[in-house]
Amino acid sequence: MGDESKEWMIEVKGLTKRYGDFEAISNLNFTVKRGEILGLLGPNGAGKSTTLRILSTFLAATSGTARVAGFDVFDESHEVRKRIGYMPENNPLYYDMRVYEYLKYRGRLKGLDARQSRDRAETVMKECDLEDVRRKMIRQLSLGYRQRVGLADALLSEPELIILDEPTLGLDPNQVRAARQLIKNLGGKHTVLISSHILHEIEMTCNRVLILNQGKILASDDTTHLQSVMGQSSRVVAEIKAPLEDLKFSLKNFEGLLAVDISAAEGEYYLCSLSFGAETADPREELYKMVVRNNWLLRELTISRPSLEDVFVHLTRKQQDEEEDEE
Amino acid sequence: MKVFKTLLRRELGVCFGVLNGYVIVSAALFLVGVCFYDLVYRLNNQPTDMTLTEMFFFSWYFWLILLLSAPLITMRTFAHEKSTGTYEILMTAPVNDIQVLMSKFCGALFFHAIIWLPVFISMLLLRFYINNPLVVNITSIITTYFAVLMVGALYISIGCFGSALTRSQIVAGMVSFTLGMGIFMLSVNVLFVVPDPGPISLILAKISLADYMRDCSRGILDSRPFIFLVTSTFLFLFLTWRVLEWRRWR
Repeated sequence: MGDESKEWMIEVKGLTKRYGDFEAISNLNFTVKRGEILGLLGPNGAGKSTTLRILSTFLAATSGTARVAGFDVFDESHEVRKRIGYMPENNPLYYDMRVYEYLKYRGRLKGLDARQSRDRAETVMKECDLEDVRRKMIRQLSLGYRQRVGLADALLSEPELIILDEPTLGLDPNQVRAARQLIKNLGGKHTVLISSHILHEIEMTCNRVLILNQGKILASDDTTHLQSVMGQSSRVVAEIKAPLEDLKFSLKNFEGLLAVDISAAEGEYYLCSLSFGAETADPREELYKMVVRNNWLLRELTISRPSLEDVFVHLTRKQQDEEEDEE
Repeated sequence: MKVFKTLLRRELGVCFGVLNGYVIVSAALFLVGVCFYDLVYRLNNQPTDMTLTEMFFFSWYFWLILLLSAPLITMRTFAHEKSTGTYEILMTAPVNDIQVLMSKFCGALFFHAIIWLPVFISMLLLRFYINNPLVVNITSIITTYFAVLMVGALYISIGCFGSALTRSQIVAGMVSFTLGMGIFMLSVNVLFVVPDPGPISLILAKISLADYMRDCSRGILDSRPFIFLVTSTFLFLFLTWRVLEWRRWR
């Protein structure tokens, strides 16, 4: 293994997968650093699961290469499998087994000896809060518990790379939070690749996001940088009591302001919705000073940054518009 | 080897740990019991120059149970894993296709051996009551059981092949039943249809399972059909392995 493979856990070059005439993924290129948590984001049918299936060695790509920990996923698939923990979409499990028995069995398959598989099964059951159901048949478990069994399975052999396809599907809000925290804690020690179409989940868990649509990468960056692709970094809402003309004049000269929308609010106040450019730092302090300087009154001052959802909608709409223009 | 043992234990758990397995065993034991009763009844009521094992082979029960049980045992091996999606977690664990295939084959063959064991134990018990080696002969009981295992191995490998082709257990069962029935009919042709001295009948005679079973039921072990059975079993296992490899390219 070269120095590059020590830095990169995943290296994907020109990866394409065709099912007949349909191109599920097209010429994907990306890398993932060791210890990074990368979110694969995209609508249904974007090619997320296909990418994960290729990286987990289950499918062969039509063209291109993918390396995990320096090993080719096709030519050295056995070495790759030793280094990954994979939880597929829909989380398939052996329903006729008990939770503890299943985890021990999976541990043995992953090369742990009898004692190690027992110890690791105990540890992951603790981590995933499965101790209450350890003797239950998997078929008797609720969807949330089954998801946790799948997650526990992926963590079992302490793999270098953990691949999770829709890991929080079917979990209740408390379980989602616990799963998110668990995944966050894995970062640094393990490399984690998560696919999801729930934007909030990716935003909360991942250091970096790869946005896929129709088998192509639309954007790849860390979550805060991605927000800048919208062309605005923040939106500030303020309720100010001031003469309308003076207010308009002051805001017009406010530094970094891209757009302003003023509407009447309750009790002689004006609701000002202000959009700022990507380069502008938090403008609230300056806004407050402006109000004080003019002896106006202020009763609300809130900043909101564009969510990943905004970025996602912006990018996919842009791609759609470009395609329509080409036609 | 450690991985193979783990996989094999799981396969045996699937056979003996779920209701389906016991339903198959019960159905097979019922038919085997009826078969045994019929054989003893015939021995008591009509003069025959055949040994008990020859009569067993010539009864239709043997072929009926063999033709039905092999697809029933094997149809879930791969098809069930594919339909439930567990095939994906299995094939992304550090195991190779051959370990998975051989564990499924050996697990099914072991189950097949268990199904047939009672009939031969009954024959051995009968040997204590009929002290006539011309009727019940321990050597022929052992060689017949060996032949049942060898022919069973071929049918199990056909079943694994059928199951690897599809994700539907019913389709898998039908494919393996059709292939198994085809081989059985070739055997029957050689035995009962007047042989035509042409090359086709010569080839059919060489691959006749019925001939092999008849020899074994008389206590004769011939190496030629044994080699044929082993190579055919490995041929179907090889084809199954290719099907498993092919899934990555779809």
